[in-house]
Amino acid sequence: MFDDRSPIYRQIAEQIEADVLRGALGADDQVMSTTKYAAFHRINPATVAKAFQQLVDDGLLYKRRGVGMFVSPDAPETLRERRRKTFFTDVVDPMVAQARTLRIPAGELIDRITELSTGEEQP
Amino acid sequence: MSMVVEVDQLTLRYHDVTALDEVSCTLTGGKIYGLLGRNGSGKTSLLSVLAGYREHTDGQVRIGGLPVFDNAEVTSRVCLVRGSGDATQNSLKVADVLEFAAILRTSWDSDYAAELVELFSLPLNKTVGSLSHGRRSALGIVIGLASRTPLTMFDESYLGLDAPTRYKFYDAVLAEAMAQPRTIILSTHLIEEVSALFEEVLILDDGKLVLHEEAETLRASGCAVTGDAEVVDRFVDGLRVLGEKRLGRTKSAMVYGDLDAEQRAGASAAGLDLGPLALQDLFVHLTEPGDPS
Repeated sequence: MFDDRSPIYRQIAEQIEADVLRGALGADDQVMSTTKYAAFHRINPATVAKAFQQLVDDGLLYKRRGVGMFVSPDAPETLRERRRKTFFTDVVDPMVAQARTLRIPAGELIDRITELSTGEEQP
Repeated sequence: MSMVVEVDQLTLRYHDVTALDEVSCTLTGGKIYGLLGRNGSGKTSLLSVLAGYREHTDGQVRIGGLPVFDNAEVTSRVCLVRGSGDATQNSLKVADVLEFAAILRTSWDSDYAAELVELFSLPLNKTVGSLSHGRRSALGIVIGLASRTPLTMFDESYLGLDAPTRYKFYDAVLAEAMAQPRTIILSTHLIEEVSALFEEVLILDDGKLVLHEEAETLRASGCAVTGDAEVVDRFVDGLRVLGEKRLGRTKSAMVYGDLDAEQRAGASAAGLDLGPLALQDLFVHLTEPGDPS
């Protein structure tokens, strides 16, 4: 589940972010408690607390004293906004570089993207 | 409840062998600590001194502010579980061993002990000598957990346990640490399997403490730099390199220490690949024989 190669708290935070983006965790949904999360994934509770704290600092979760952690209503939009900023450098650039290595013409890439996007509303 | 463990310039010598060499560390308590080290690095020696089994040669050891050796007030609140078990108990029944453990520790929780006996399927009426290696380890684990001592140490307690039982052990330690915060030290060789449980990690090498760090900080504190050998050499010049691997013109160097944004950008611009370093790799290289650090 978690590998040993990067801080585990970062991996936990990314997992929760992914759940929010997919809609598995909605606005004002409660997140699993630190204790449950630690026991379920077999990780130190301090590590989980660190991940939750980071998500709180990023405005993605909020705390309700004595109750637990909840998803901020604007968390999905905050995340989408953040991911949009790095989407081209993180996703598109490596894809284009890979296509070039494989000698896939740019036209084919564009055709594919157009094909997958048809029927979608234009923003 | 937990007690601060203060170790200051601790040295332990057996005749002409120095098992511990000026080890200093402070464990603030209430956490799960991982104690790592190769065979013969001094792990068991350190734990034995902390448990009051051995008197140290030099330096100071205090638990909860008090000296440990020959001090029942401290040792009754400390429990060390040795993986190999205690051979003198071979003729005793499991139930009797548990009863003795209960008498020894005022903090003993017999309901919890019964729960654990069930969890690890321990046969109460069999003698310790007739138990398999794994069951014997499990008995030690039950004693360590049910003693509920503020300082509990498991010295390679996973020995002989199969994987499902090891996971039961890890789950029980974690559940207990969360329900009743106490200081738990686990010494182990199975780093990958158990390291997510640690809040702090201590590494002993040749009797010296070479590292004491938060596990999460440690996970972020090294990286593997891979690329053309000459470019890698130029990049790591001046950095602390733990080890290198070479295949043809490609070289991978393990660097210890944080790289700043500028260094990362420089590596990327030079066509170098920066990968994370596993705790296990870090451990292997920090304890490499002949390592001058």
